[in-house]
Amino acid sequence: MAETLLETAGLTKRFGGLVATGEVSLSVAPGEIHAVIGPNGAGKTTLIGQLSGELIPDSGSIRFAGADISRLGPARRAALGIARSFQITSIFREFTTLDNVALAIQARAGHSFRFWRAARQDASLRDPAFAALGVVGLAGRADLPAGSLAHGEKRALELAMALATGPRLLLLDEPMAGMGPEESASMVRLLAGLKGRFSIVLVEHDMDAVFALADRITVMVYGRVIASAEPAAIRADPEVRRAYLGEEGG
Amino acid sequence: MGGRCGAIFVALAALALVPAVATVAEAPFYIGLFARIMVFAIAALSLDLILGYGGLVSFGHAAYFGIGAYAVGILSYYGVNDGIAHFATAFIAAAIAALFIGFVSLRTSGVYFIMITLAFGQMVYFVGIGLNEYGGDDGLNIARHSNFGAALDFDRPVVFYYFTYALLLLFLFLGGRIVRSRFGMLLQGVKSNERRMIALGFPTFRYKLAAFVMAGAVCGIAGALFANLTLFVSPSIMHWTRSGEIMMMVILGGLGSLVGPVFGAAVYLILESVLSRLTEHWQAVLGPLLILVVLFSKTGLYGIFAVSRRRSG
Repeated sequence: MAETLLETAGLTKRFGGLVATGEVSLSVAPGEIHAVIGPNGAGKTTLIGQLSGELIPDSGSIRFAGADISRLGPARRAALGIARSFQITSIFREFTTLDNVALAIQARAGHSFRFWRAARQDASLRDPAFAALGVVGLAGRADLPAGSLAHGEKRALELAMALATGPRLLLLDEPMAGMGPEESASMVRLLAGLKGRFSIVLVEHDMDAVFALADRITVMVYGRVIASAEPAAIRADPEVRRAYLGEEGG
Repeated sequence: MGGRCGAIFVALAALALVPAVATVAEAPFYIGLFARIMVFAIAALSLDLILGYGGLVSFGHAAYFGIGAYAVGILSYYGVNDGIAHFATAFIAAAIAALFIGFVSLRTSGVYFIMITLAFGQMVYFVGIGLNEYGGDDGLNIARHSNFGAALDFDRPVVFYYFTYALLLLFLFLGGRIVRSRFGMLLQGVKSNERRMIALGFPTFRYKLAAFVMAGAVCGIAGALFANLTLFVSPSIMHWTRSGEIMMMVILGGLGSLVGPVFGAAVYLILESVLSRLTEHWQAVLGPLLILVVLFSKTGLYGIFAVSRRRSG
């Protein structure tokens, strides 16, 4: 296996005159949690968009598990093992919580040109979906409409869906967004429990969460990487403190 | 689920009794009316597969209806009367048209998808007008019914009625399997949140196209039945207002319920039949009714009457 699972080189995306990401190069090792932080507008979500395939970079390349995936669409990348959660919760609101995860299981279970057997009675979808709900603590919510879940539960459901696709790399775009302190803490525990089993690119504003979880932190400002190092080194970096951490008050 | 299934079963079983009741009451007109209802019910349920389950607002569905009807008309024009040839041609021709139209249209979404399917529908309509050999604007009389042998003689309205009834039940059954299958779950996921489906790894385009082709092909069968019902086809059955009517049946009856569109077709055509005798502006009654139904129930008449909705499974 390659030393790095994900590697970007010179990733650049412009929107008109605005350079959303400029020459972003980073690498993620297997099992590593790689946090990407930076002020609003730093290009973090644009970076996630390019990694997931929703955005195609103007220049630069993305290698995943040794293959160039720069030009692949999002469905292909998901099939290769890149799963994501969205900054704004993205679930199937009308479906039950279990249905949501069962669809994620179905996504990795080969093609869906299957017209005969009832999917809701299919144990090969339902059982692993139920197990994935258990991992994120939503087993008791399995039969509720996903739209009726509390905010933190919806975030956890999104994570369960991402996990259910059997990924090698998770792209988490602000998983703690809008969460109260308790919900945040339980999400941190959840992610800490996943550590080592998946590679994670974590975009997050919650600095306590980032420093609790990350093996490596990349700091972006105005679309550019100004530092990429271990948490302790980032904390001590004067340029980072000036550009970002200082503004947050610590 | 008892109440809902019971009501559906009674309604579908009642359809089987229409010819007997109409014969006893010496009102054969009703056999034709209910055959017509079932023909449009098949068209409406085919649209419901992509509209109600897939969220694809196709505004050109009458095109496949017309293609199916013209398949019968044109074959019959050349003296080909074999029923299997008629229906197979209707099915395949409509499927090919849907494959082409869907392949182009499904690259768009939202209001662009509505506009492009509407445009394709009107294109097919004008092709029909341009078919001078087959009557052009005036339409084409069909000399004989599709021939399925002596046992299935469409010259007898009752036989045609039960043939249509059997096809309706078949498509309801197959549709019910499909919407509950993995394919159906995928389709509903696309309606709910396509971006999420893609992020999960579903290449959604090919599945949407497959559903689009299935819907078109089944609507082609409805068209072939229509040609046998009226023994006449004209481009007017492909006009965009026809697409609108089929869509109204689906919405009136209940999006995403398969059985709903059957009720929608029944209510629409019975109202048309009753009210058009009183006034030529019968749609002035239908319009407010549609508004009321949509305002009070997201799932149409089906949602209003099937109050005992409970999740099954």
